[in-house]
Amino acid sequence: MEKKTKRRDFLFTATYAVGAVGAGAVIWPMIDQMNPDASVKALASTEVDVSAVNPGKTITVLWRGKPVFIRRRTQEEIAEAKSVKLEDLKHPEKDEDRAKNPEWLVMLGVCTHLGCVPLDQKGDYNGWFCPCHGSHYDTSGRIRKGPAPTNMEIPEYKFVDANTIKIG
Amino acid sequence: MSEHEYTPKSKVGKWFNDRLPLLTLANHLTDYPTPKNLNYWWTFGGILTFCLITQIVTGLVLAMHYIAHADMAFSSVEHIMRDVNYGWLIRYIHANGASMFFLAVYIHIFRSLFYGSYKSPREIIWIIGIIIYLLMMAAAFLGYVLPWGQMSFWGATVITNLFSAIPLVGEGIVTWLWGGYSVDNPTLTRFFTLHYLIPFLILGLVVLHIWALHVPGNNNPIGIDIKKPSKDTVPFHPYIVIKDGFALLMFMIVFAFFVFYTPNILGHADNYIEANPLVTPAHIVPEWYLLPFYAILRSVPDKLLGVIAMLSAILILAALPWLDTSKIRSAVFRPLYKQFYWILVADVLILGYVGAMPAEGLYLLIARIATAYYFLHFLVVLPVLGFKERTTPVPLSITEPILGGSPNLAAVKKKDSFKDQ
Repeated sequence: MEKKTKRRDFLFTATYAVGAVGAGAVIWPMIDQMNPDASVKALASTEVDVSAVNPGKTITVLWRGKPVFIRRRTQEEIAEAKSVKLEDLKHPEKDEDRAKNPEWLVMLGVCTHLGCVPLDQKGDYNGWFCPCHGSHYDTSGRIRKGPAPTNMEIPEYKFVDANTIKIG
Repeated sequence: MSEHEYTPKSKVGKWFNDRLPLLTLANHLTDYPTPKNLNYWWTFGGILTFCLITQIVTGLVLAMHYIAHADMAFSSVEHIMRDVNYGWLIRYIHANGASMFFLAVYIHIFRSLFYGSYKSPREIIWIIGIIIYLLMMAAAFLGYVLPWGQMSFWGATVITNLFSAIPLVGEGIVTWLWGGYSVDNPTLTRFFTLHYLIPFLILGLVVLHIWALHVPGNNNPIGIDIKKPSKDTVPFHPYIVIKDGFALLMFMIVFAFFVFYTPNILGHADNYIEANPLVTPAHIVPEWYLLPFYAILRSVPDKLLGVIAMLSAILILAALPWLDTSKIRSAVFRPLYKQFYWILVADVLILGYVGAMPAEGLYLLIARIATAYYFLHFLVVLPVLGFKERTTPVPLSITEPILGGSPNLAAVKKKDSFKDQ
């Protein structure tokens, strides 16, 4: 029997379509309410005084609920970071691109594997070592060994003056 | 459900039953014909029901005293432990109850694996069971976050970060799960809500699990289809009720031992330190019941593939009824499968052990071999075995080995004696 589009078919299709849009309009607020709210977003930037940080020291500050490592690197560490060949890296990034001012390394202290905080001055590459699943990072915070897929992230930051870093 | 029509004896009962047949249901559950050779491995269904109810009741009470806020959760748990009347008891029952629940569910699952209970016509029972198991893991993880100790916080961070392995949308999903840029108060409140919800979802699924079970009836140690009701069956009440009840008592002794003598042995000392987003504990391990999957996650050097391997290890179980090609259910009549079964048990125990150890050197190597074998068992051994294995003769009924002439009843009860016939 030949199927002819009838007035009723049109009504069904139109009803389903309007129903789907309505369901979507109801479901979206239910999903989006779980995203970061206005009060969380408001805490987006932090200023840090780094005048007391000597070479070879790291301070950790909290930014957006996450630790940020601010390390004043020694000359040896800088030299070590610069001497690495890019082809030896799992996630190739030059040290110059990670630390604009080579003395200061500012990065998210969050392992890119599953989010633990790596330990300072540990591991096979004199940088950081994540105790959770054994990722080794070098003096530039780049992943060298272990399950983490990428280097530790560099947040947006700038020197407001010689002793103050603004993160975010 | 029931073959025969049931009529309540009393007038009131009949009046009520005509309007809502609850008494018919009760009668079905009482008379439900069960194979008469069910052994103690079959008592864990009842034990698990007890575990679920225990968790719901103690959880309900704990929720009356607990405060789901990042600044107060940790102290409110200590308040439960020190100030609330019998709070220590209720919390220790709830915390150890989770472990007891998993202990029972692992025995229940491995019982099914040994006796082929997942095979046709019981696939749906099995799949509902896998969903319950997944929900149990979710509930256990969410619940572990609530005390807001160091292990809570970092466990939550690691597990939610598993989703960041998903290409493109991963980071967005993690932020959405957290309700922020890290695990924080919004994460805690939603985890509490979900932790409260999931046990009731499990309860609903348990009803479906039992409903689906009552369609074909119980499998049994020799894995044959039996006529119901017949000489091969006994009514659920009082036979199984008494047997389940006795097993439950034994189980409660083990449970009580943990609660009263070593209530913290299955937990981690680090969780008595309040959550600190700046310091990760030196050695993060999940609770014992998740260790085999944790070992699989860590044995794969790639982040995304590790997550996929871990999820596959659980989801592969859902495909088991089709991966196992053997027509014979019970391992009693499958001499080769029986050996591979015990190798799998050992493999899972090894995975659990290396999951608790640091992921390096020899441990990592062992974890990799054990992970490979786990998948090999399901994807290669089981499908091939169904075609290659020479099974031993299966009796026609539960009573046949007895009526078949052996004068020694005790010998018949031993699996070995009728395997050789």
